[in-house]
Amino acid sequence: MDVEILARIQFAFTIAFHYIYPPLSIGLGLIMVIMEGQYLRTGNKVYETLARFWTKIFALTFGIGVATGIVMEFEFGTNWATYSRYVGDVFGSALAAEGIFAFALESGFLGVLLFGWNRVSSRVHFIATLGVWLGSMFSAVWIVIANSWQQTPAGYHIVGEGMEARAEITDFWAMVFNPSSVDRLLHVWIGAFLAGAFLVLSVHAYYLLKGKHVELSRKAFKIALGVAIVFSLAQLATGHRSAEVVAEHQPAKLAALEGHFDSLAVADMYLVGWVDKESQQVRGIKIPGGLSFLTHWDFEAPVKGLNYFKEDERPTALNAIFQFYHLMVAIGMMLIGLSLYAGWQWWRGKLFDQRWLLQVFVWAVLLPQIANQVGWFAAEMGRQPWVVYGHLRTADALSKVVTANQVLFSLIMFSIVYVLLFGLFIYLLNKKIKHGPGDHPMIDKRPRQRAMAEPRN
Amino acid sequence: MATFLGIDYPSWWFLLIGGVFSGYAILDGFDLGAGAWHLFFRKEKSRRIALNAVGPVWDGNEVWLVIGGGALFAGFPHVYATLFSAMYVPFMLFLLFLILRAISIEFRSKEEMKWWRSMWDTIYSVASIALALALGLVLGNVLQGMPIGADKEFAGSWLMFLNPYAFLTAFTTLALFMMHGAIYLLMKTEGRLYTKLTVLLKRAIIAFILLFSLTSLYTLIYIPHLSDDFKAQPALFVVPVLTFLAIANIPRMAAKRKFKPAFFFSALSIALLLALVAIELYPTVLLSTLDPAYSIDVYTAASSEKSLGIMLLFAAIGIPLVGGYTYFVYKTFAGKVELDEMSY
Repeated sequence: MDVEILARIQFAFTIAFHYIYPPLSIGLGLIMVIMEGQYLRTGNKVYETLARFWTKIFALTFGIGVATGIVMEFEFGTNWATYSRYVGDVFGSALAAEGIFAFALESGFLGVLLFGWNRVSSRVHFIATLGVWLGSMFSAVWIVIANSWQQTPAGYHIVGEGMEARAEITDFWAMVFNPSSVDRLLHVWIGAFLAGAFLVLSVHAYYLLKGKHVELSRKAFKIALGVAIVFSLAQLATGHRSAEVVAEHQPAKLAALEGHFDSLAVADMYLVGWVDKESQQVRGIKIPGGLSFLTHWDFEAPVKGLNYFKEDERPTALNAIFQFYHLMVAIGMMLIGLSLYAGWQWWRGKLFDQRWLLQVFVWAVLLPQIANQVGWFAAEMGRQPWVVYGHLRTADALSKVVTANQVLFSLIMFSIVYVLLFGLFIYLLNKKIKHGPGDHPMIDKRPRQRAMAEPRN
Repeated sequence: MATFLGIDYPSWWFLLIGGVFSGYAILDGFDLGAGAWHLFFRKEKSRRIALNAVGPVWDGNEVWLVIGGGALFAGFPHVYATLFSAMYVPFMLFLLFLILRAISIEFRSKEEMKWWRSMWDTIYSVASIALALALGLVLGNVLQGMPIGADKEFAGSWLMFLNPYAFLTAFTTLALFMMHGAIYLLMKTEGRLYTKLTVLLKRAIIAFILLFSLTSLYTLIYIPHLSDDFKAQPALFVVPVLTFLAIANIPRMAAKRKFKPAFFFSALSIALLLALVAIELYPTVLLSTLDPAYSIDVYTAASSEKSLGIMLLFAAIGIPLVGGYTYFVYKTFAGKVELDEMSY
């Protein structure tokens, strides 16, 4: 295999793995802030126990997020040196801002969040939790700005020609508020809130099914369900806005998302389908003129299709992009349905009476994770063949001095380490969940010795 | 060219990035050093105390690496691109050890089995040693220079990074961090572990002074270009003199068991050693051994003036903030380690 494909696989693999964790940190952070806020407001110890329990799980996700995140920062230089030279002036400043304004806030307060329970007052601890959560939110801000600049560049000019060409910043705020950054940021944030909320829902649904930690789980479930209801609905709005921005600024991507080939024609919207590249057809269930309507509020409006663009300026992995995008949308709808149904049961006072619903929630934790992943795959594959839309091709962005064997070596290395890491993560997560929130967190210092001592008595 | 306080922007960035990497070396230096000693502690309780001495802060310390990497990418994209792609294999191994170390800290105390704990203890310690060596190896190669072509691309094989000078700087860095880490642990421990560390510290100081003298000698004899700046401007000799004074104060304070001042002097030594590196390099960052004209200096590597100016503003706002949180965290966890139910 050549360097380009290997480097792309490595980047996709390492970023996809990384992206399991930061959304959980952002989402769990929000819920921990609510829990600790409730504790401060009501003084009810249950909320403190909950916050302590979720802090332990947060620590697990955060630790892996940091370790796999540093990989990403290095990878731009190691594997994509030409890209780094080209975008450093613009992209680098966003990345540096992330480090200094967001990541430092997060990691600075993390020590107090994790280890400061007995050392600072509950008010100061709340501020630390808030600091960590805001830091993770700000991280998302700068990273999404950097990525959005690659999708819809703004506030820059190109200096130099050929191999010497590079983008230089001309207007910082135009770069920050490039056409897609705000809508995509909201979409990413909310995707993260849903990832966190559904993890909390899953764990506490499991406890409720087992009849363990019941009082506490009911409180936690309601907090997370509130978050899920509000944000699954809000995600519909940000998703729609993101699609409008794609329609305006990245028409070739939009055409790929819906498998729309005809160069200027009414475009349909598919609920499910299969893209046949050869015959340029999509087979499936469609809403005729649906895409035209969504982008122009007119079922008859023509939309630029893939054939409108030069063959080397449009994405190629059409079926994958189509399927990823449709899976994301379908999951979004499922999350809305599930949250609203549970909300209705809550309103009727029967939320915890239906075991099947709790069982669904145990497994629904996977849905936002899958949606976050496939959404990004659709966004990034839809941007191809460009790494900076309209300016720099992915094929031209590689490190010139790195060989295929070197990339193969690191790809194998990351594959082994990440598989192990994931196994350990699941194992420890499961263990923490089985152990559960301690009602008396101060007494569980040496459970084993005590267990061994008991039979003798 | 725009200047601030009479210094042009690229030079400011050189100072700033140097400052961030010094901060990183001082902070992560002590927790890497503490990790390198880990297997010397035999008792489970000692290991837990040593681990929890760095527990609340190691993550914050690594932030400085992230900021340094981001600042290098943003300020000197050509240095970032050339260095990272040239050192592909060493950097990938660096990442491997960084991940292994992070997860060993997270995971070791999650199970009680003996094999589980000794496995993660070994990984933690080996990874800490490997990271210290890797940082020294990168430094040694940057100091010597590397074959860089007219196109700013590396024109060699990564195996050339494994050379005697780089090994020397690698082991000097390890000894320095182990000395620094032992002093940090002495501030955080008491009892028998404390007594044991006083012995270990003595060995580390001797090893560091020997290796440092050897590296200095090797530099003066075999890499003369690194002392050019000092010959040209004798006033700069004040920096090596201060460095020697700072280093000399470490054993003096350690002998009096005054470990806070000892830590201050070892942190100062790290900062001054990196200041020496900066003086030796500036204005070059990556020296080409093929032709000095191909070297990448702060001016050829820098981002646009506009971008550097914006980021200087970031730094002016951000660095006091980072200093503030760092102070707050260290203040919260000041004093000897106490284990509780949230500890590692």
